Amino acid sequence: MGLIKDAFHRMGSPRFFYHGSSLWVRGLYVGGGLGLLVGSFWGLVLAPPDKYQGHSFRIMYMHVPSAHLAEMVYFACAVAGFVYLVWRMKMADVFITAAAPVGAILTMLALASGILWGMPTWGTGWVWDMRTTSVLVLLFLFFGLMALRQAIPRPDRAAYSVSILALVGVINIPIIKYSVDWFATLHQPASITLASEPTIETSMLWPLLLNAIGLYVFIAGVILAAMRLEVLKREHATEWVRAISKSR
Amino acid sequence: MHRADVLLNQPLIEASDLSCTVAGQLLFDRLDVTVLSGDVLELWGPNGSGKSTLLRCLAGLFSVDAGVIKRPEHLLYLGHRSGLNESLSPLENLRWYTGLREKNTSSEALSTAIRRVGLESYKDAPCRTLSAGQVRRASLARLCISDSPLWLLDEPMTSLDDDAAALLRTLIVEHRSMGGGSICATHVDLGFPETRVLELDA
Amino acid sequence: MGNFGVQFRRDLLIAIRGRTETANPVAFFVLALSLFVFAVGTDSETLPRVAPGVVWVVALFVAMLSTENLFHRDYDDGSLELMLLHNRPLFLGVLGKLLAHWCVSGLPVAILSPLAAVFINAPPEIIVTLVGTLLLGTPVLTLIGGIGAALTAGLGRGGLLLAVLVMPLYIPVLIFGSGACYRILDGAVATGPMLWLTALLAGSITLAPFAIGAALKGSQEY
Repeated sequence: MGLIKDAFHRMGSPRFFYHGSSLWVRGLYVGGGLGLLVGSFWGLVLAPPDKYQGHSFRIMYMHVPSAHLAEMVYFACAVAGFVYLVWRMKMADVFITAAAPVGAILTMLALASGILWGMPTWGTGWVWDMRTTSVLVLLFLFFGLMALRQAIPRPDRAAYSVSILALVGVINIPIIKYSVDWFATLHQPASITLASEPTIETSMLWPLLLNAIGLYVFIAGVILAAMRLEVLKREHATEWVRAISKSR
Repeated sequence: MHRADVLLNQPLIEASDLSCTVAGQLLFDRLDVTVLSGDVLELWGPNGSGKSTLLRCLAGLFSVDAGVIKRPEHLLYLGHRSGLNESLSPLENLRWYTGLREKNTSSEALSTAIRRVGLESYKDAPCRTLSAGQVRRASLARLCISDSPLWLLDEPMTSLDDDAAALLRTLIVEHRSMGGGSICATHVDLGFPETRVLELDA
Repeated sequence: MGNFGVQFRRDLLIAIRGRTETANPVAFFVLALSLFVFAVGTDSETLPRVAPGVVWVVALFVAMLSTENLFHRDYDDGSLELMLLHNRPLFLGVLGKLLAHWCVSGLPVAILSPLAAVFINAPPEIIVTLVGTLLLGTPVLTLIGGIGAALTAGLGRGGLLLAVLVMPLYIPVLIFGSGACYRILDGAVATGPMLWLTALLAGSITLAPFAIGAALKGSQEY
């Protein structure tokens, strides 16, 4: 128990975080990059084409992981917000600052790939069902986090408010999802019945998993790198940062 | 009006090891502030030295980066802004203020306070029709009915004419004699005997 | 309950005194509805079909635009600081303020909605449901808008920051509010969405004041 508390406290120190994470970033980039390469190659080239959708379903290998990961990133931001509000750990705020833009880009990737998937498959680029709409709403939530921090004249004092916003958003996600689901049943156009995802055969499952895990790891690396940059920005006046910039 | 709950030489507020950085600028570091009952502490320093920020931290409106503050149960804060809504009259504003504290202040006490700050004839006029000096006087009415042991005043002499300034000095002296303490941020001489001074440099 | 009553009375008094400013939400409501009529056209097919949704969207805009200024005045004149210092517990004062605000924004909209429905050629069978959903939903909009207003207090006017923050959270209220009317149009009962609106109201009355109080303390730091 003491070890965990110790680690918790040490993680909270920007300096320790910066020095401790340099190896991790490289590892995550390499591991994640490898996973993505192998998974993408497998999925895009090696796996057999789908019975009904032909080759266009391959977009799923990018779409599903990025959509899922975007949601995970938001949950992580909410958890970080909670950590900040309760323990005032500055690194939690650094996490939110770094992760929100990454999450927004992931969400845009998911939306774009969803549109690309939808056009050949169902004829329309956009369908207002629970999944697509909740991804869209997620994009707005990320924008909100970024916009609020931008608008505050002293960004170093924005942590408290952004944390509250993240928590308020996360509480609303299930409510929004349910309401959009209900909305979709209410306004279901008769012609389009959303095809349930093609039953995933093993040959498709493995590249998907590999891509998903690879993306997770890679994005973790990206967020870590962004956090390191943010730490440097915030602590620019301290000695240890000056020492680093001098040594370059 | 005696305040039996305030013992002499009891610390009203104890703050230790305060440090605060705003927008990359270190305003104060490892600062200790203690005010005993009967004290008047003057905060001196040029503009931008952090006087207002320190007062807000002590009041609890702004958070410090490090340090511990032990505050009294209730305190009075008079900042740069008047705290008065312009559509309401001085009397209505005062009634709201005492209502916040859930004190059943009688109408006579409220009217007395308004009379004391010299706004008897304006007591029902919306504050937007008053001059800046009159608005400051109206906010002084809060001091007249205050029962908080600690007063935090940010540049209280601003916009006050001689009469009002004299009234403010009287109020602080009365407050002092009843065991209350004040911290005043200022860059004019307040004219009090026996004050302690804390200087913040830029 | 002292805090609640004191704050409510004060804010209601301020709203009543600012007569023209207070009438703005209602005026905007009517004007924006007419914009829709001009845009969509008065042919008998389209307007009645979109009417419930349009009324709800306009009501939503009214709520959003009027809550923008909820804390601005108090922030500027320093009364917000006093509220934070002396209001114990803070959430009661916040509730009082929000109730006063709803009385001059959401409530008039709900009361006027039958007129608006007639104005915009809505099918008459939905009018009762429309009023009901607005009565339940506009307080939720005020409460959620209050969170956004508290987060952005003192951040300068305009720029639609509040809208960006708050609109995703408004979506469920909108869906259930107008959805209830569409259920009636489909010939079904609207109990489901109405219950949901009630649940949202109960949830936001309980939780939003705390979030608003915390956000107000946070905005002092800007």
